Amino acid sequence: MSPLSDGSSVDEVVLRAEGIAKRFGAVVALRDVNLHLRRGEVLGVVGDNGAGKSTLVKIVTGYHAPDRGRLFLDGKEVRFRSVQDARRQGIETVFQDLALVNELSVYHNLFLNREATRGGRLRFLANRQMRAQARRYLDEIEVDIPSVDTPVEKLSGGQRQAIAVARATRQPGVKILLLDEPLAAMGAKETSLIIQLVKGLARQRGVSMLVIDHNYTHLFELCDRVNVIQQGRVTLDKAIAETSLSELTDFMVQSYRSQVGRGRAGG
Amino acid sequence: MARTREKEPALGELSPPPPGSGRGEDASLVRRLLQGQELVIALIGVGLALYFVVATPDFATASNGATLSQFIAPIVFFAIAEVFILILGEIDLSVGEVYVLAPFLVTFMANDGVGVIAGIFIALAISCLVGVVNGVITVKLRVPSFITTLGTVFALEGIVLIAANGTQLDMAGTGLTAQIMGGWTWAEIAWALAVVAVFHVLLRKTTFGLHTVATGGNEVAAAEAGIKVDSIKIWCFVLCSFLGGLMGLLDGWHIASLDPSTPGLDFMFYGVAAAVIGGTALTGGRGTMIGACIGAIVLGVLEDGFNILGVNAFAYDLVLGLAILGAMVLNVQLERVRAGGSGRRGSLARVVLRAAARVPGSKPPVEEVSA
Repeated sequence: MSPLSDGSSVDEVVLRAEGIAKRFGAVVALRDVNLHLRRGEVLGVVGDNGAGKSTLVKIVTGYHAPDRGRLFLDGKEVRFRSVQDARRQGIETVFQDLALVNELSVYHNLFLNREATRGGRLRFLANRQMRAQARRYLDEIEVDIPSVDTPVEKLSGGQRQAIAVARATRQPGVKILLLDEPLAAMGAKETSLIIQLVKGLARQRGVSMLVIDHNYTHLFELCDRVNVIQQGRVTLDKAIAETSLSELTDFMVQSYRSQVGRGRAGG
Repeated sequence: MARTREKEPALGELSPPPPGSGRGEDASLVRRLLQGQELVIALIGVGLALYFVVATPDFATASNGATLSQFIAPIVFFAIAEVFILILGEIDLSVGEVYVLAPFLVTFMANDGVGVIAGIFIALAISCLVGVVNGVITVKLRVPSFITTLGTVFALEGIVLIAANGTQLDMAGTGLTAQIMGGWTWAEIAWALAVVAVFHVLLRKTTFGLHTVATGGNEVAAAEAGIKVDSIKIWCFVLCSFLGGLMGLLDGWHIASLDPSTPGLDFMFYGVAAAVIGGTALTGGRGTMIGACIGAIVLGVLEDGFNILGVNAFAYDLVLGLAILGAMVLNVQLERVRAGGSGRRGSLARVVLRAAARVPGSKPPVEEVSA
C-alpha cells in the first residue's frame, strides 16, 4: 500500500471513498468523489446547496448505495446494505436531538436499549449503576449536566445535542460519527461547548468525525481538515492549519464566478 | 428526587435557563408540586372522602369499606390496563368486552366438563389472544388502534351475545377457587392492589417498561436504538387484554351471574378516565400506574359517596364528565409548563406560576409579550 500524499500511512485512514458517483434520474448528485478520513480526525465538508454533501452523507451512512466507486472502512472494502448495516460496522449518525426520547432521563437516554440490568431474564433496570456510569462518562468527556436524572426535554438545545453526541460515541465499536450541522441554531456558549466536546471525543476516543456545515467560522473552530464539494467532486482538500477563512471564501467565490461565467459562455 | 451536583456551575451558565427558573424558591416549589399530578389528584380524593365522611355517617363504616373496594377494584384494573396502551399513544376500546367474555368462557367450558382451574387458564389465554389480534392488526396492518379495537369490541360483543343466546347465566365454579377469584369480599381489591404493584414495577423498573415509554415518547428514536417497537406494542395490547380478562373472572365470581349485555365500553372508559385524571397523557410517553390507581380510587369514592347520599346516578356521570374535562385541561396546561419553550406556557399554569412568582423584586413574566 502506498503512502498518502501528505505522508501519513494508509492504516491510519478509517474511511476512504474512491470515485463515488451517484445519480438520481437525470440529476447527477456525485460525479467522482475521493476523500479520506483519518482516525480521530474531524473532517469538515462544505459546499453549496446541491453540491452533493447530503448525498455523500447518505452513502456513507448506508442510506443510498453508490452507482460507482468504492468505500473502504479500515482498509477493507465495504458495501452497506442499510443504515443498520453501516451502524453495525461502526458508523453512527447524530441527527440533531431527534434520537433522544424527551420523556426519559439523561442516563436512560444514554443507555437506551443497552441498559444495565439485573435479575437475569426479568431484566430489572440497574438504575443506580447506570446513573453512576452516566455521571462518570459525562464527567470524563466534560459534558456539564446538572443531574443525569433530568428528563432531556428540560435541557437546552446544546445540552441535548451534547447528549446525542455522547450517546452515539458510547455505542460499542463506533469508528465514525456523522454530524449534520451540529451547531445549527445554537448560542455562542453552546457552540463552544459542542466544539470542545466533538474535538475532545475525536482526540481522546479516536472517533473520527465527518461534519457537514454551512458556517465556515464554525468549521474553522471545529475541524482539523476541510473538503470542499462542488458539482459532485471534491475540489479542495486542506488542513485547517494550512488555510484561512479568507482563502476558503475566495476559493468558493472564484469557482462560483467561473461557473457563472462558463454558464454564460455556454448559453 | 433530582440529585444536583453542588460544585457544578448552574444550568444557566451554559444555556438559557428553562423558562421560569430563577424566579425564587416559591415558583419552583409550586412547579414541582404541580408536576406531580398524582399529588393534586390524591388531595382531591382525600378532600372528597372527608366530605362524604362528614356528609353521611354511612360512609366511614366497615360495610361501606367493602362496597367502596368493589367500586374501586374494576376501575383500577381498567386504568392499569389502559396506562400501558396510552403511554404508547394508542387506545384499547375492547378491554371491557374482554372483561365480559372471559367469565362466559369459563362457564361454557365448565358446562362442557372442563375443570374450573383449567378453564381460568384457557380463558386468560384467549383474552391474551384478543390482545395479540388487536396488536398485530394495529402494528402490522397499520390500522389505528382506535379503529382496530372498535372492531374487536363489536365482534366480541356479538360472540358473547350469540354464545349466551342473549340470556343471563350463573357463573360456574364454587369453593376456594371462586373465593380467591373474587368471591371473597376483599379478594378483588387485593388483586387490584397486587396488579398495581406488579405493573408499577414492570413500568418503572424493567427494560420492558422503559422501552414502552421510549416507544411512546419517540418511536423513531426507539427504533433507531434497536428497540423492537412492534413487539413492545403487541405485548402492551396483550397485557391490557389479559387484565381485562382477569377482572372479568373476578367480577364473574363476585357477582356470580353473567349478563351478556354488560356494557364493556363503559367500563373501559372509566379506566381511561382514571388514567387521564391520574396524569397519563393521551399523546404518549407519559403515564404512571400510581397516578392511574389514585384516579381510580377517586372515581370509586365519588361513585360510592354519591350512591350513599342518594344522588342520582345521572349526576355521577355529569361530575365524571366535568372531572375528565378538568383533568385534561390541567394536563395540557402542565404539559406546556414541562415542555417549556419560549412563551408557549399554558394560560392557566401561567396564572398559577405568576401568582407563585410574586416575590419582591421579581420581573414580570416575559411571556406576556407573546401571549
